[in-house]
Parts: sequence; structure tokens; C-alpha cells
Amino acid sequence: MELLTASAIGLLTAAGLYLVLRLRSFPVIIGISLLTYAVNLFLFASGRLAINMPPVLRKGVEIYTDPLPQALVLTAIVISFGMTAVVVILALGSYLSSRNDSVNIGPKAPPDEQENEA
Amino acid sequence: MSHWIIAPVVLPAVLAAILTLSMRHHPALQRVFSLAGSGAVLAIAISLMTHAATGAIEVYELGNWPAPFGIVLVLDRLSALMVLLTAVLAIIILLYAVGTGWDQRGNSFHALFQFQLMGIFGAFLTGDAFNLFVFFEVLLIASYGLMIHAGGRRRFRAGVQYVIYNLLGSTLFLFALGTLYAVTGTLNMADLAQRAAEVPPEDSGLLRVGAMLLFLVFAIKAALLPLHFWLPETYAEAPAPVAALFAIMTKVGAYAILRMYTLVFGPDLATTANLIDQILLYGALLTLAVGMIGILGAKRLGRLAAFAAIASMGTLLIALSGFTVATTSAAIYYLVHSTLAGALLFIVVDLVREQRGEIAGALRPGPQLAQHGLITALFFGAAIATAGMPPLSGFIGKLLILDAVRDMSEVWLVWSVILITSLVAMLGFAQAGSVIFWKTETPEPAPDETEPTHTAPPQPTLPVVACFAMLASLVALSVFAGSAMGYIEATADQLHDPANYISTVLRQR
Repeated sequence: MELLTASAIGLLTAAGLYLVLRLRSFPVIIGISLLTYAVNLFLFASGRLAINMPPVLRKGVEIYTDPLPQALVLTAIVISFGMTAVVVILALGSYLSSRNDSVNIGPKAPPDEQENEA
Repeated sequence: MSHWIIAPVVLPAVLAAILTLSMRHHPALQRVFSLAGSGAVLAIAISLMTHAATGAIEVYELGNWPAPFGIVLVLDRLSALMVLLTAVLAIIILLYAVGTGWDQRGNSFHALFQFQLMGIFGAFLTGDAFNLFVFFEVLLIASYGLMIHAGGRRRFRAGVQYVIYNLLGSTLFLFALGTLYAVTGTLNMADLAQRAAEVPPEDSGLLRVGAMLLFLVFAIKAALLPLHFWLPETYAEAPAPVAALFAIMTKVGAYAILRMYTLVFGPDLATTANLIDQILLYGALLTLAVGMIGILGAKRLGRLAAFAAIASMGTLLIALSGFTVATTSAAIYYLVHSTLAGALLFIVVDLVREQRGEIAGALRPGPQLAQHGLITALFFGAAIATAGMPPLSGFIGKLLILDAVRDMSEVWLVWSVILITSLVAMLGFAQAGSVIFWKTETPEPAPDETEPTHTAPPQPTLPVVACFAMLASLVALSVFAGSAMGYIEATADQLHDPANYISTVLRQR
């Protein structure tokens, strides 16, 4: 169980980083999504892994799973969902206005054009 | 008293919602309410500051849950100072945005501005590490909207880069928090401070990993080399009032480093002692050097101002890396100064760009400005402040830093880097200023156009008033440097003796 979770997080992170380093907006967005999945799993596991345990303290419950990471993960999911939506819209706007989906801003634009836009 | 602590967070949040929902199509009303709201927050910030100046630490328990279980907001000297600084900055920038009409060049400027303020105030006030993450996200998502305000191809592309860089930073932040939670089982900063001291030796490696990850996150925000790559393009392309507001955003990173590494991973904690000092010092020296060289090499005014922001972060972080009372107070003084000076530079640069017409921010000879003398004087003031020349507060700040690092082993290196880069900055500003203001060309009257089209339209006075207000705050910071330093030294004392903070938050009297 531990091995499976750990390797899943590692694999997701590695794949996410690889995609982010592609520096084109679509792979980068997918890569960021993978990274957020990885971090969500990581946060979830930070309260230790427990199976079929109640998340609340009650009388007669000796072993329970930590409820706090679950709340943290919920917050993180909501935030990353919103952020992904924002970055998709932004990337789309950027692509449609400049016909270029490279994240890297190189010295490709001719200097005159730069100054007119500034 | 205690309920006022949450007012700087709630007021902008409610105001932003009202601005979006019921004043969408009333620009005049939006301006009035946004300015009034910022004025109210400024008044609240002043009253919070007078309260914090007594040395009392106020805790506000959200939902009345006691500290390690619920989220707390904590008002101490440092957070009160940061809130006041943000409030002052915000109202001047709003005046500028209204005066130049920047706020009407796109949608929802005022609402996003208020949301951004809410996030910044929250980040300064919170006493919970996960809550800090949430407020970071609030201020970031508002800044994404503000960044691309008024649109434009280059601005969009810089915006995408900025957003992606910060999303990766947020992911790293969550990894750091997860690690810390796994080791200590808490995310309340005061509780973290207690538990971090009790971590068993076999877990100390994990704690160090968490501390280091957290430092990286804040270093991204604070634009520490080599994590500064998001800054130049973002600040150069952001709309001027937004770039000026962003002057406080890098300081949020510096604030978070200061808070976490005095409270939680303080110099007394054996596990993480001296973990970041050296990295921070050498990174900051490089940041300063790169920033100042960037000023000298910039080909456009926007990038010049952006590199000035990087350089000021370098100076600030050098002082921060000392982690003694003297260096911390110098750092806090320089933080206040560099926020105001950076913002001033951005809005003055924008005035220059607007009045130069087509040539805008390019550093080559262009037409004379409409308000030539006035703006030249303002640019001169901003340059003096940023480069750290007397009589403005930049000089006092640098002097304090030079004096405070006297006991460091690297004192000669630090002194020479700070002094030489100051010279480089002066050269850079002198070069830019002389090209823009002295090498002016009188435009030849085009034969096919009639004369009246050439007369410049009357320039609005409000933007200049805003610039002078910002300059006046810098002058005030220099004139009242004595009393300001009195408050700031008390702040540094309070930070370096966190026992009172911890016991107040956790109610262990």
C-alpha cells in the first residue's frame, strides 16, 4: 500500500514535470494538472495511510484516520480546479492573440513590434 | 478591539463582491466605493498599528475555535506594520489608476484590486501555515486577472508565463505543507514552533526537507536568484498601477521568510539552524548584482523598473539573511522603503511612457514630455530613492544594512557588493534619465497636418498628485526615521523572542 502510493505520487510528479518542461501551453497545463494530482495524493498520505477507519473520534473508536489532511486536500482540489480554469482561459487568449503557444518568451518578436506593444 | 483584526480581510472581500455584482456598469460609483473602501482600510490599519505599538499580541480565533484546532489571525508589530504599508500603498495606487484612467481600460479592475488587497492583508495577518497558502492563492488569482488587465498580446504572453510559474510554486507550497504536517501533525505556526523543537532525531531530516521546500516557495515569491525569472517580464508588461501594487507582492515572500524562520525554524532550533542563512545570503548578493546590472543594461523603461525591483529584493534579502535583531530591523526598514520606492518608480515610468507617445518606454531620444520639468523631477526622486542616495530613505536603509552586517564573517563581500551595485544603479539611472529627459528631439511639424493637432491635450493632475504622495511618504520615512526605527527595532525584538507569540496564540499564560 505504502509502496503503491509512493510510487504513484513519484510517477505523477515525474510525468508532470516532464510535461511542464515541454514549454508549450497544452502539455504544460496537462503537466500542472498531473502535478496537482500528485500533490493531492501526497497531502492525503501525510496523515498516514489507514484503510476502512472512521475519520472521527468517538467512544469505542481506538484507531481512526486523520481527518485534517482530507479537509486540506478538499481545499487544494478546489483551488487547483479554479487555477486550472484560469490558466486554460489565459493560455487560449494568449494563443489566439499571438498565434504562438510557446510559454517561453524568447527574442523572437522583432524589436519594433515590442516597442509598439509596450 | 479584537474583531477589528479581521476587518482588513473582510472589508475588501465584501466590497469586491458588491463592486462586481451591483456596480458593474457604473464606473464612477466603482471608483468612489473603491477609494472609500481603501480609505476605511487605511484608517483601520492605523488603529491596528497604534494598538500593536503597545507591544500587545492580539489573537483572533475564527469561529471561536481555540488555536491549534481552528485558524487564527494574529496581530503583532510586524503584521500591523505590513498591513499599514499595504493600505498606504493601495490608496495611492488607486488614486493613480483613477487619475490616469487605467481602471477603465478593462473590466473589473476595482473588484480584482480589492480581492488582491484581501489576499495580501490575509497573508500578513494569518497565524496558520495552510491559511497562508490559501491567502497566497487569493492574492495570486486576483493578480492573474490584474496582470492581463487591458489586454495586449505581449501582456497575455507574459501573463501565461507568470501564472504557470506561480502554479508550480503553489504545488511546491503544498508539498512543503504536507511534509511539515506529516512530521509535526499541525499547521498552526505557533504550534509548529513548539512541535518542531520536539521532533525526534529520526524525523529531523524530513523536517529539514519541509523547511527547505517552504523556503524555496517563499524565495520564488521574493524573486531570489535563480528563482527570479518570472519577474522581469511580468513587471515590465503589467499595467502600471498593477506593477506598482506588485511591489508589495515580492515583499509577501520576504515577510513569510522572516515570519517562518524567526518563529518556527528560528535560529535556536538545532535541526534547521543555519539551514538557509548561507543560501539566502549568496543568493541575495547575486540577486542584487543581477538586478543592478539589469538596470544598467535595460533597453526599455519597464524592464529598468522591473530590474530595480529585483535589486531592491536582493538588498532586502541580504539584510534578512543575518537573523539577528540588528539585521532584521534594517531589513524591515528597507522593506518599507523599497516597497514605496519601487511603486513610485513604476508609476513615474508609466507617466513617462504615456507622454512620450509612440516611442513609449524605449530608451532612445524621443519627443519632449508634456509635463517635462515635473516628471523629470519625479523620475529623479524615484531614481535617488531606488539607488539609495541621500537624502531619501534608501540611503538610510542601506546605511542601516551596512552597519547591521558588520558582525557577519562575509562583511567585506557584502559591503563591496552593496556599494559597487549602488554605483552601477546610479550609472544606469543617469544614463536612462539623460537619454529620456535631455536628449529630446523637437518633432518636426509634418507638412500635411494642421498645427492644432500637435498641441498636447491638457494632462490630468491626479496622477502627478499620486506620485507626489508616494514621494512624500518616502520623505516622511526619511524625516521620521528615528521614530520609525524605534517601532521597527521593537518589532525585531518581538520577532526574535517568539515565546510571547507562542504562548499568546496557544493561550498558555
